[in-house]
This record gives sequence, structure tokens and C-alpha cells, in this order.
Amino acid sequence: MILTGAQILWECLVREGVDTVFGYPGGAILPAYDAMLDFPVRHVLVRHEQGAAHMADGYARASGKVGVAIATSGPGATNLTTGIATAMLDSIPTVFITGQVPSKVLGSDAFQETDVTGITLPITKHNELVTDVKDIARSVREAFAIAKNGRPGPVLVDICKDAQQAKTEFEWPETLDLPGLLKTRAPRANDLKNAIDLIAKAERPLILAGHGVLESGASEVLRAFVDKTQIPVALTLLGLGGFPPSHPLCLGMMGMHGEAYVNSAIQRADLLLAFGMRFDDRVTGNLKTYAPHSKKIHVEIDPSEIGKNVKVDVQINADLRGALEALLPAVPPKRHEAWVAEISTGRAETRARDILHQDHGGKLYAAHVINDLWEATSGNAVVATDVGQHQMWEAQYYRHEQPRTLITSGGLGTMGFALPAAIGAKIARPDAEVWVMAGDGGFQMTSCEMATLRQEKLDIKIAVINNGYLGMVRQWQEFFYDKRYAATPMLSPDFVALAAAYGIAGHRVTKRAEILPAVQAARASGQPTLFDFRVEKEESVYPMVPAGADLHAMIRRPGKEEVIA
Amino acid sequence: MKHTLVARVQDQPGVLNRVASLFRRRAFNIESLTVGGSESPDFSRMTIVVDTARAPVHIVAANLRKLVPVVEVSDVTDLPTVTRDLALIRVKCGPGERSEISDLVSIFRGRLVDVGPESVIVEVTGDQEKVDGLVELLRPRGILEMVRTGKVAMVRGISASNGNGNGNGHRETAAQGE
Repeated sequence: MILTGAQILWECLVREGVDTVFGYPGGAILPAYDAMLDFPVRHVLVRHEQGAAHMADGYARASGKVGVAIATSGPGATNLTTGIATAMLDSIPTVFITGQVPSKVLGSDAFQETDVTGITLPITKHNELVTDVKDIARSVREAFAIAKNGRPGPVLVDICKDAQQAKTEFEWPETLDLPGLLKTRAPRANDLKNAIDLIAKAERPLILAGHGVLESGASEVLRAFVDKTQIPVALTLLGLGGFPPSHPLCLGMMGMHGEAYVNSAIQRADLLLAFGMRFDDRVTGNLKTYAPHSKKIHVEIDPSEIGKNVKVDVQINADLRGALEALLPAVPPKRHEAWVAEISTGRAETRARDILHQDHGGKLYAAHVINDLWEATSGNAVVATDVGQHQMWEAQYYRHEQPRTLITSGGLGTMGFALPAAIGAKIARPDAEVWVMAGDGGFQMTSCEMATLRQEKLDIKIAVINNGYLGMVRQWQEFFYDKRYAATPMLSPDFVALAAAYGIAGHRVTKRAEILPAVQAARASGQPTLFDFRVEKEESVYPMVPAGADLHAMIRRPGKEEVIA
Repeated sequence: MKHTLVARVQDQPGVLNRVASLFRRRAFNIESLTVGGSESPDFSRMTIVVDTARAPVHIVAANLRKLVPVVEVSDVTDLPTVTRDLALIRVKCGPGERSEISDLVSIFRGRLVDVGPESVIVEVTGDQEKVDGLVELLRPRGILEMVRTGKVAMVRGISASNGNGNGNGHRETAAQGE
């Protein structure tokens, strides 16, 4: 069958199981857009290519499938880069297709030419420039294989316009020639034995569960492992949802804004079981004083993460689910009553300090908003957050029971992520209740995607946690820069009126008592709705480990530093 | 400490760029990097000498191995290897000094490959210490120009089944895919 390069592109995407792409047309990708009309693919027209990248990312995070975005050369491609880097830092399987100027003018500074494979080299797992129509099928097929393989990530295929237009015999590559692709190892018997020995001996063990739990689909086996070993579980930000907070041994989030008793437990543990996490600086604080009394078992699919930040005693370089399935029958059943009781004491102390249990004096706190949203949605919503204070409050107060229900930019910390990521998530899971949770700053970075939301007729609810500041930066200025609020007070539009301009219902909420009635009415309406939650302006996220400080030296409400371990 | 890594890479456009970009963004320090053909036309071979003061060698190797066109990475630092560095050295040399320099160079099994009115070009091949030794002896005479290839390495006495004898005595690094 003789096809154009553009037809081959779509033929391959469809064969890879793609039913939706997020994109924006332009000159160098026009042949592909023309061919698209003849293929069973839903195209979501974004308002800015960054939105397309985040939508593909949100689609992938919500579904576990590969998300696909498409853009033209030059500015179209450069606008994708923030989203590509976001997917790279959080290991999200995504494929980006960009048009490129015709191959004969490559390197001539032609109109809308940029070196896209050069620009994206350090922010993709792999990329390829395709100049010949004969290479399109192979490179698209390889892109999907690479994106999904091992530790997932973004792959970009940059296709010259003339390659899209040229014709060739279409051949689906049945086999791949990728000798360099890392093969997933089975755990080594000796490593498993050493791990089991450490687990059997430990008196104060703690599981640190990360994004790998979600990526490898290990939630169920993790739960069985915990039920058998009775080892408490702390979660990274991206691990939230991987282990249910309703489980008595789920401690919640660790790290910079983790609860004090969780970080304290890490510092006091005698064994850390790191499952699919990478000891990121937001999790460890000062490495020199991190978890000083513990042996460490690191189960991690990416060998370059093992021993990178923290020295480990037993390394299991394998897919987490497979490793847990191998460990489960061999670990001894145990109880750690004294250890769990010790942690519970700290937990009770944290509860007593919690803003949720304090008199709010008529003020509206973000913690109240998020807690009430959690109650209103029975904890079952998919929540896409932006980055900053609201993101940390979301992580603290919205208790995600199910995997893939928190969609958040962890590694890169990308503002403007929430709305487009929520659109991608809603399209991946149309039956799920999807919420955007964003600050007033980040929301304005991509609020144009409300038009996409309307054009695609999506029922997404938007919670703007509006405090009139770039709140997390203001908090750092308060704590570390003598309250000199450089460029953090922010004037915002009337978000309710802005939503109305896009044909989206809006409600301003200023009192806690108004939250539930307004939210329940909006949920019953089946229509997209924006909430402008006018929350306390100068509230901070507690507790907080200052960047690079010891994990046990946390700033706690009302703002004095205390050593808790 | 310096480590010598041997990488087998697919012969594709941009592979050297990917490797260089990796070293730059991870702040790994390259002492030398040579790349050239291997026994197979589909693969090239890189010999990379890396200073591991900042990152342990297994992290460097594992990151290299993650690049899709990189098929295999071995740390040959502690293995018996044949290593070679080639140098071309233009030395100041009047007509009366040629035989003297020629004798000196021949002790190092080097040779004169070009003769000009006021200079000669010396070619020498050997491990880095040997080349360094000759360079130091020639330096007082006036080295006008020098180019060195950097180190290439091959492990001694093992089968050449896949070009670098994986499983035949190489230290396994975390980077190997199997």
C-alpha cells in the first residue's frame, strides 16, 4: 500500500492504540493535519502548545496509556518544551510529534525553523529527526516502545514537511531493532534474600512508596505486603494514591511539607524500604543527616537512581511490582506494635495542631476548602493541581484512595499545569469526576484552555485557591527573606467574570459555610463550574523543612522551628 | 579518581552529541573521549576517561547506558587492558639536530613522519605514560604544535564474542542491561 508520510504517521498512531491527540496546527505540520481527517482520531485543539503537552501528560497520568501531542515547527515546538520537561522529570509516557521545515532547507534558518531535536535533547528520553518518508513508521513505532519501556518518559519525533508529503510503500515494522533499550531485570535471588534478612531483623521499618507504585501497577501487591509485614507506609508526593490513606498503616506524605510524625519516623527508622522513589531533595532534606539509623533497601527500575543521592545496603534493580510479588511469599509475617504506637503518638500531636481542628473565626482557609471538597466528592475525584501552596494543601488534605487520581507536577514544579492536565485526564477517563485545583497565579498561566474545555464540552470543576499572592514564594519571603514581598502580591482578573466570558458558570466563595452547598449544586448541574475561593491571604503551609535543612528540623505552626526527632 | 569506560554505541547521527550533552547536564567531568569504528559497521566504540570526583562511576555508566543508542557500557579501569594514545608532535629542529631527535624518538618506538627546514613532526603511539615521557623529553627543544587522540582501550585476553567480551571477566556495572 503506497501512502504519504502523513498517512503513515496516523496509520502508525492508530495501530499504537491512539484515539486522541492534543495539538495545534501550523505550516510545517499541515500535511499531517490534512491526512488526520481520514483517521479515527479525536483531535483536541488547544489554545497554546504548552497546554497540548500538559494535556497529553494528564491523559497519560490518569490512564496509564501513552499521551500524544502534536505541534508545528519553530514556536509550536518550543511552546511544547515546558510540558515535555514536566513529563521528563515525572517519567510520564508521552509521544510528541512536531513538524519540521523541508529537509532541503534544514539548517538555513528557514521560516519557523528551530533545532527541535537539539532543544529537546536533554528533556526527552529520546528524540529523532526524520528527513525521509521511509523512516516515519519505524521512528513512530520506536517512539512508543521507548516511551513505555522501563522507566517511562517523553519521546519526540520531528518530521520534515517533505517527508510528510512524500509517498512510499507502507510497512508496519513487526519487530524493533533497539539493542540499546534497557531490559527489565527479574530481581536477583541474592538481593531478595538480603532484603528479606533485613526485613526480618528490623524493629522500626518504614516503607517509602513513590511514583513507581503507580507506574508499575503495584498498589495491590504493596497492600498485601503491608498487611503481611505490618510495616507503615510513607508516600512521596507522586506516590499519593498508591496506598490508601484509609489503611491504618498509611502515614501520609513525607518530605518538605510532609507531616512532622512522618519525617520523624524516617529519621528514627532502622530500615527504610524505598519502593519506586528516587530520594529527591524535597524528600530527604540534608543528605548528611538523612535517616541516620537505618539500613536501606532500594527497589528501583532505573539503575542510575540507585546510589545517586543515598547510599543503599540492598539494591533491587527491577520493576517494583515484580519485585514485590517475589518478596511477598518470602517475607515473614510480623507485627511492630511498639513502633507503630510511637508513630501514632506523633500523629495525635499533629492532629491536635491541625488548622482543621482549630476555630476558623469566620475566616476561609485553603485547608478547609480542600477538606470540604474531599468530603463532597467522597475522595473519589481525579484532582489535577498546579504548583505551590494549594498543591501542598491538596496533598495534605485530599486523601487519595485510588491510584492515578492525583495529577500533579512534582519534579519540575510547573505552574499552569492543572487546567490542561485536567482536560487530558477527563478525556482519558470521561466517567471520572475531574477537578482543577490551582492558585490564582498558576491558573492565569494557562487559563486560555478554558476555551478548549468548552469547545470539547467537558464537565470539569475548577477550584481557584485565590489568596492574592504567589503564595508559596510569599511564604519563602516571609520565612527566609524578612517578609520582603518582592513581586508576589498579584492582581487577578475577576475569575467569575472570566469564566463567564468562556461560557463557564462561576461562584465566588468567601465563607466556609458556603463551600458545600455551592459545590454540591455545581456537581449536580453536570456543567463546568469555576469556584473563586477567596482564602486567607497570608496563610503558610505547615510544617516545612527549609530547603537543604535537616529533615527533623521543621518549621511548624505558628512559625517556630522545633526539633522533633 | 579517573575511570575508563568503554561504550558500544549504535552508529547513528547525533550519538556523540547525546553523550556530550549527558556529561554536560549531569556535570560529569570528561578527561578524554575517543570515538571510532568497531568490528561491526553498525556500531561505534567510545573510550571515555571520566573523573569520578562528583559522581561514582556506576552512576556515570548507568546514565550512559540509558541513552537509547548506547548498547553496552563497561568499566575497564581495574581490568588488564591494552591502552593506546597517539600523538603527533611538531618539534623545533635545525638540520643538524635531526639524527639526534630521531634516535631519541626511536627509543620510544616513535618515528619522524615529516621533515621541514626548522622542524620535524614526530609520531608516537603507546600508553599515556609513554607518550607523556617522550613529550617531556622533547619539550626543552621547543614543541611548536601537538595533537593527541586521547586514550583508546581494549581488555586483554578474552574472547571477542561481542566486541568487548561481556561476561568474560569484565566487571559488571549497574549499567549493563542484562
